[in-house]
Amino acid sequence: MDFATFLVQCLNAVQYGLLLFLVASGLTLIFGIMGVINLAHGSFYMLGAYLAFGLAPLFGEQFLLMLVAGVLLSALFGFVLEWVFFSYLYQREHLQQVLMTYALILVFEEARSLIVGNDVHGVQAPPWLSGSFALGGLMSYPWYRVFASVACIAIALALYWVVNRTRLGMMIRAGASNRDMVRGLGIDIRLLYRVVFAGGVALAALAGMIAAPLSSVYPGMGGGVLIVCFVVVVIGGIGSISGALVASLLVGFVDTFGKVFFAEFSGVGVYLLMAIVLVWRPEGLMKRGY
Amino acid sequence: MQLAHRLTALAAALCCAVAAHAQGAGPIKIGLMLPATGTYAGLGTAIENGFKLYVQEQGGKLAGREIQYFKVDDESEPAKATDNVNKLIKRDAVDVLVGTVHSGVALAMAKAAKDSNTLLIVPNAGADAITGPMCAPNIVRSSFTNWQPGYATGVVAAQKGYKRAMTITWNYAAGAEAVKGFAEGFEKGGGKVVKDLNVPFPNVEFQALLTEIAAQKPDVVFAFFAGGGAVKFVKDYAAAGLTKTVPLMGSGFLTDGTLEAQGAAAQGLLTALHYADNLETPRNNAFRKAYALAYKSNADVYAVQGYDAAQILDAGLLAAKGDLAKRDVITAAMRKVTVDSPRGKFTLSAAGNPVQDIYLREVKGNNNEFKSVAVKALADPARGCKM
Repeated sequence: MDFATFLVQCLNAVQYGLLLFLVASGLTLIFGIMGVINLAHGSFYMLGAYLAFGLAPLFGEQFLLMLVAGVLLSALFGFVLEWVFFSYLYQREHLQQVLMTYALILVFEEARSLIVGNDVHGVQAPPWLSGSFALGGLMSYPWYRVFASVACIAIALALYWVVNRTRLGMMIRAGASNRDMVRGLGIDIRLLYRVVFAGGVALAALAGMIAAPLSSVYPGMGGGVLIVCFVVVVIGGIGSISGALVASLLVGFVDTFGKVFFAEFSGVGVYLLMAIVLVWRPEGLMKRGY
Repeated sequence: MQLAHRLTALAAALCCAVAAHAQGAGPIKIGLMLPATGTYAGLGTAIENGFKLYVQEQGGKLAGREIQYFKVDDESEPAKATDNVNKLIKRDAVDVLVGTVHSGVALAMAKAAKDSNTLLIVPNAGADAITGPMCAPNIVRSSFTNWQPGYATGVVAAQKGYKRAMTITWNYAAGAEAVKGFAEGFEKGGGKVVKDLNVPFPNVEFQALLTEIAAQKPDVVFAFFAGGGAVKFVKDYAAAGLTKTVPLMGSGFLTDGTLEAQGAAAQGLLTALHYADNLETPRNNAFRKAYALAYKSNADVYAVQGYDAAQILDAGLLAAKGDLAKRDVITAAMRKVTVDSPRGKFTLSAAGNPVQDIYLREVKGNNNEFKSVAVKALADPARGCKM
């Protein structure tokens, strides 16, 4: 592998890692801060992708406006969902959480089948992002992939800022470490959790919307993403946003170079990484580091 | 008194029904084990529609006997396959099994059919093993093996003068079989496969491998993907600018049922399959017209395979004059039939797989248009079949 190819592969790895981070950050928020094992997280990713498919014709060239609309809709959806289902889960055992969120996967998949059908659909990237640029005479690289990476970085920074520098972030961190104490201080913890959950859903949906023009939308697309996201969350340390970022990039690199150098074992690499990290640091790379 | 009369009448009716059954005039029980839910639900519907269309064209009867359908949704779930197929074999005591789409499920069906000696017609699943190591006199297929379109693509690629090829697929049985077929056809024509790339199923992150293809610059790339993976791969391939420098070819599934989503990225792609969207033959036109009239939707390759499954069964039953007890006559006749299929006439090999023309198709708009016959009367080598 020459140097130019190596650089392009690094770019691929970073780009894949960043997209993973966007989905996994929502999962780690819900998992780490609220203590709920949410298997339905992949479905929120799927929800985002299908939202992009449904909204794209309505917004035409206003791609960014569509993203905003999609985020608002999915946050609202998450808000209601927490109210109706998840708010009853916090005090329950993990088994019950797994059962209910698994049931939600089935419901969402079936609803998707009834509403949109089982066909594969494409989503067009907006015209101002649909071109591509040459990469050292080797291949061309679509502008949309660059846009996706930049969007992911921007969201990562914003998330860091909210959690570490704002009053809301302070309450979220406090609520994660001691729910009862926060309530004792006069903060409406139920509302706080509802907001965090809605935010987690919106993040996953946003990732789905950004990924839709890259990956097209198809049945069962949430399932594949869910497993990698759990790997990212476990490697990064449950509940840690910065851990999720580091872990996503690690997974991106291992997956990319694993596919190139060890084609036959490419599926194993990511899980091997997880096993090594867990042996070395059972609590993950960063424990509640935010 | 009246009750006694009724009972006698009932007994008489029952006894006649039993007698009728013994003479072979009762309905033939057909067990349709197809996906009714999940990703492949649409394919299952098309196969069932195709099968029933042929039966309706024969006046609702095959070889003069009524048909009774039993249905099980296989959910394309191999773990449930053995239980599901036994519902049809043991509970419903069907005479003939028809199914299915998913290869893993079909392999379990073939095993159960072999053990219970039930007739089985496979209307889609392309696993080589069904008419390879698993082959049996009572098992036939109306579709293809994964090897067939792969091999035909390899032959065409070699004829085009390509020397170095790379292959890419999911790391699972169907992909490996197609890639093996391609390599065989391509290397027989003087080409060489320089590298096989694969992605774990159902992962759709191809960017790293596309970079690898760009770096190696082969003359041609052979791909085997289906459904959502096919859409993403073809779009990524075009977005990476590779379409202009390294031509992409594939088994027909790369562009079947996915063209609307692939859009401009798929235009001009060459794929090989045993059916094309615009085969202008009277047989195909008549079939498509009848199908559209009956089901208000367009026939596809899956509908054709369902239709032909019924044709093969009909040939076997006609030879035995509808008498299911003459099993040897039925299985022999099913092997000897020349099926007048919408795809073109084909025969069955000794192993029970179609010996058929594989077409080279080119994507134009939302159609896979017929371009030429890639390989005439291509038979699967049926490796491992001992019968």
